[in-house]
Amino acid sequence: MAYSDKVIDHYENPRNVGTMDKEDPNVGTGLVGAPACGDVMRLQLKISDDGLIEDARFKTFGCGSAIASSSLVTEWVKGKTVDQAMTISNKDVARELALPPVKIHCSVLAEDAIKAAIEDFKKKRAARKAQAS
Amino acid sequence: MKLPIYMDNHATTPLDPRVLDVMLPYLREDFGNASSRNHVFGWKAEAAVKKARQQVAELIGATDQEIVFTSGATESDNLAIKGVVEYYKTKGDHIITLKTEHKAILDTCKRLERVRQERLDELKLLRLGQLAGRDVSPEEVAELAAKHDLENDETYEKWAEMPTGGARVTYLDVEKDGRVNLEKLEEAMTPKTVLVSIMFVNNEIGVVQPIAEIGALCRKKGILFHCDAVQGIGKVPFDVEAMKVDLASITSHKMYGPKGIGALYVRRKPRVRIAPIIDGGGHERGMRSGTLNVAAIVGFGHAAQLAREELADEAARILRLREKLRKGLTDALDMTIINGSMEHRLPGNLNISFAHAEGESLMMGIKDVAVSSGSACTSASLEPSYVLRALGVDEELAHSSIRFGLGRFTTEEEVDYVVQLVVDKVRKLRDMSPLYEMAKEGIDLKSIEWTAH
Repeated sequence: MAYSDKVIDHYENPRNVGTMDKEDPNVGTGLVGAPACGDVMRLQLKISDDGLIEDARFKTFGCGSAIASSSLVTEWVKGKTVDQAMTISNKDVARELALPPVKIHCSVLAEDAIKAAIEDFKKKRAARKAQAS
Repeated sequence: MKLPIYMDNHATTPLDPRVLDVMLPYLREDFGNASSRNHVFGWKAEAAVKKARQQVAELIGATDQEIVFTSGATESDNLAIKGVVEYYKTKGDHIITLKTEHKAILDTCKRLERVRQERLDELKLLRLGQLAGRDVSPEEVAELAAKHDLENDETYEKWAEMPTGGARVTYLDVEKDGRVNLEKLEEAMTPKTVLVSIMFVNNEIGVVQPIAEIGALCRKKGILFHCDAVQGIGKVPFDVEAMKVDLASITSHKMYGPKGIGALYVRRKPRVRIAPIIDGGGHERGMRSGTLNVAAIVGFGHAAQLAREELADEAARILRLREKLRKGLTDALDMTIINGSMEHRLPGNLNISFAHAEGESLMMGIKDVAVSSGSACTSASLEPSYVLRALGVDEELAHSSIRFGLGRFTTEEEVDYVVQLVVDKVRKLRDMSPLYEMAKEGIDLKSIEWTAH
């Protein structure tokens, strides 16, 4: 399958690969996909108390499109607010990377990863609030 | 060393330059039709075909009269299975094959099952019409079948036992190492079994089946034995007499000959009969009509001769290189698994899973090396290989497997290069893999509730 230059670039030079401290109250972790399906994406976001995404890290098991999709969204979410990040859709990812139809799934996974990470962060914050009160 | 490196010799092999040399005159001045009996052009072509037929026969211990030229192994597989089912339909209609066979076998069997089912559906419609005393539409079948118990209807039972032109098929499981279990094979045989079709060497995992044992069992039971032998012939010894094979599919392009030419071995003693699937001028003793592709046949013949002469030396050399590749990869990388039997394996095959590094992205990382992924990830289904699944390979590992196919033109330098490249890329992918990180931390990946998608 012929990949676009952008996919190849992200695959060869993945941005923001790494691991953040899961226990950090300001880190939201989203783990989506399944090994049996051939792709697992983990996206971690460091979010300030007022909802600004300060940093992002990913690790992905999957094909070149899955790696490129996760690498791309780490770039996109940095500096955005949580609400802005929630508006990123898989269509934006698929369009930017010119994914072939059979790989649209990878962009869906990237969208899901953002949502899962933010949800995890919100849960943590709610738990913290409940503890404080 | 020249890039890219070709390590996908299961898919096809390059044409040996020596083969091309013998083919060229038959594409130029000696272009005659081998069926032209009345001039020298035809005689020359006929003689060349006769020689090639002899060369192909010798490679497998057959006689030239037992070789039927076809367009390749897919056609040979179709001709063997459909030809036997059609010819012996009054004797029985049951076939036994393996879940790990090539699609040319499995899809042919599935079609024969459909043919049988469609015929049974028609018969059911007819019988229900008789019982109801009027014409019955297909939509009414379920309702009427509930009323008239066809299961215990003697007339319908008798009809259903008549030849349908299709077949019932048993798809046998294989053992964990990819080999057939002979006891299970024997258990699956019934008085209605007309054919067992089991491949010689598996195209994905390189596992060699116990052909002689299968042949002996089939002979004892009076069942015909077809062997899709394309991946093994010319690379490991194959003898139709010693192995008691009745029909064997062969193709030229997996033994350094041209594409588009293959053969079906059809035993003469005891005689095996098949109905043709292509009718016409009665070429190939009526079993496969069509003007012979003389140049390709000549190339096929020469490729077969070279394979026979060089088999022992070549197998030893390729095995040494394969072992170098295997050792190089498994010494440098942890969590690697070889799929399929190591003992009963084609010298040039290495099917290996690199846990937690996905196969397709690994191939993307080693784009200068032509290999094949164990997982059919590029297909729309995103399903991992059915062969690996039949072996009970974990799905994640099936997504992480690569098939290396070494061949006549693989060099030591290439193997060294590939080892280094693959080791680097697997490490890079694992550094990027959440699964590898979790496995290293001792987290049981099976304990995690993954999001299905």
